[in-house]
Amino acid sequence: MSEALLAVGFAGPHVSIQDAGRPGFMRFGVPASGPMDRASFAAANAALGNPPGHPAIEISMGGLVLECLSGAVTFVVAGGGFIVEQGGRKAGSWTIATLRAGERLAIRPGHWGSWTYLAFAGRIEVQGWLGSLSTHALSGLGGGRLASGQRLSVADAELREEREGAIPCPVTARPRQQLHVVPGPQDGLFSAETVAAFLAGPYRLTDAYDRMGVRLQGPGLPLGAVLDMPSGPIVRGSVQVAGDGVATVLLADHQTTGGYPRIATVIDTDLDAFVQLRPRDAIAFRAVTPDHAVEQARLRAASAARYLAAIARPRGTFEQRLMGENLIGGVVDARPTTEETGADP
Amino acid sequence: MRDGRRASEPSKASRDVSADLTAGADAFPRCLPVGDRALLVEFSAAIDRRSHDRVVQLDAALAAAPFDGFVEAVPAYASLLVCFDPLVVGHGAVEERLAALMALGAGSRGAGRLREVEICYDDDLAPDLAAAAQASGLTPQDVVTAHLSGEYDVAMYGFAPGYAYLAGVPEPIRLPRKQAAIRGVPAGSVVIAGPQCLVTTLAMPTGWWIIGRSPTRILRGEDADRPFLFDVGDRVRFRRIAREEFDARETP
Repeated sequence: MSEALLAVGFAGPHVSIQDAGRPGFMRFGVPASGPMDRASFAAANAALGNPPGHPAIEISMGGLVLECLSGAVTFVVAGGGFIVEQGGRKAGSWTIATLRAGERLAIRPGHWGSWTYLAFAGRIEVQGWLGSLSTHALSGLGGGRLASGQRLSVADAELREEREGAIPCPVTARPRQQLHVVPGPQDGLFSAETVAAFLAGPYRLTDAYDRMGVRLQGPGLPLGAVLDMPSGPIVRGSVQVAGDGVATVLLADHQTTGGYPRIATVIDTDLDAFVQLRPRDAIAFRAVTPDHAVEQARLRAASAARYLAAIARPRGTFEQRLMGENLIGGVVDARPTTEETGADP
Repeated sequence: MRDGRRASEPSKASRDVSADLTAGADAFPRCLPVGDRALLVEFSAAIDRRSHDRVVQLDAALAAAPFDGFVEAVPAYASLLVCFDPLVVGHGAVEERLAALMALGAGSRGAGRLREVEICYDDDLAPDLAAAAQASGLTPQDVVTAHLSGEYDVAMYGFAPGYAYLAGVPEPIRLPRKQAAIRGVPAGSVVIAGPQCLVTTLAMPTGWWIIGRSPTRILRGEDADRPFLFDVGDRVRFRRIAREEFDARETP
């Protein structure tokens, strides 16, 4: 088995190793972590022929530059509209190519999106924690954040040239500004007018955005009475309102409990596309019933499974590739990926 | 999930009742939907021992008899979050299952395990001990004696991995948080605020009073029989150790 040795030339903030996450430890203060955009992460692994949940590098808008010191490995970049420069070629994210010794791979933000995923046809050798390589940002536990100067070894590195080329970017991967929420669980601590103001919006994302959550800017949400609420559990998607009336949407590395009320919960199926928004982007909330939310989860799981199965087939020849893309035409964004990123093909 | 009203209607009704401050405890326990994949069972709007007992009981009942699609439960002071897989089950069915478990489980809260945490109160490890003594009108030795006399309940985890909120700080040393948080407080610090005590697991800012340091690890590493020292519902006692023992335990 061969190894590819990589050097991190530059890593922006919030660039970290993530796998499918470590659910089941919230009772010990540990959120599941895992990719901010789980759908794009899943697409990356499926398209490259990796097993689901295979560890990848989550790249923020800070970007990442790697140099391949030795060996060669096929890689995928999926998520957002990032720009991928490698060995003199420039492409958008949603691409598969091979990195060889002496080449430089630079991934930086393009026209849209906040997170992208770099996965290899091989194993990144890093330490895990509690059965997962996902990095918990606050503690640094798990596979860890990437830092300039660091070296990364990819074990069992393979070349999968039959998979090289563009991956169709599903419409569901695009940033989502209409967010479905189930009101509560603590909406009862707010006046009816405040809940109405929350649903009327509009809100914008602020720069206070990391893996723990994103603070919003918009109509203030004053608490009805003096706050005396026992600390309670939080989920990914909780919209928590602090004492100053400002709302925060809690994300992959959320605290597991908190003493501020949660006015609503963004449904899970909207979160992957929500995190691809950028600071100052506008959002609006729309209330749905819990049953509608469950129905959405089931519909989305079914369409995601069809998409992943379709992109998991090796492309092989150009004709075979066209066939595959026709089969999943309904869920694929019609516009070409490179045009959207503004990158030259 | 054919009956679309089932999951949301009872919750909505109970919320309206709870908003009326005269409604009293009859509104509890209540199940509130949390997004598309969880329910929150609230036992009280305030922190009290009886509500926490019921949280621990339901948590144990669920662990003993999980339903299809159960993912995890998160116990807190007065509520239990129950997470489920929406591809397998929905809010209505989970709420029914929880109601059945609560109807069965009027039994007593298990005693929980008694866990011991070592603590050294030396000045340089306890930067707020003197100020905490002054604020409570006691000597530093009185604060130590009071802290050691407490038997603490592991009420919940939160804030960061391994941050276990220990309820039961004795009355004479219950102090409000300090005015300002201190940065870079080392892991292992034993801190108190109000009725709560905590052994920190990460270097972190805190506005709680730092009254000692412990070599006992709450995050025990994944090879340990239990990766976390406490389960919610356990009891904790502190045991004073001398500096020599602290130093010996801190050196790997």
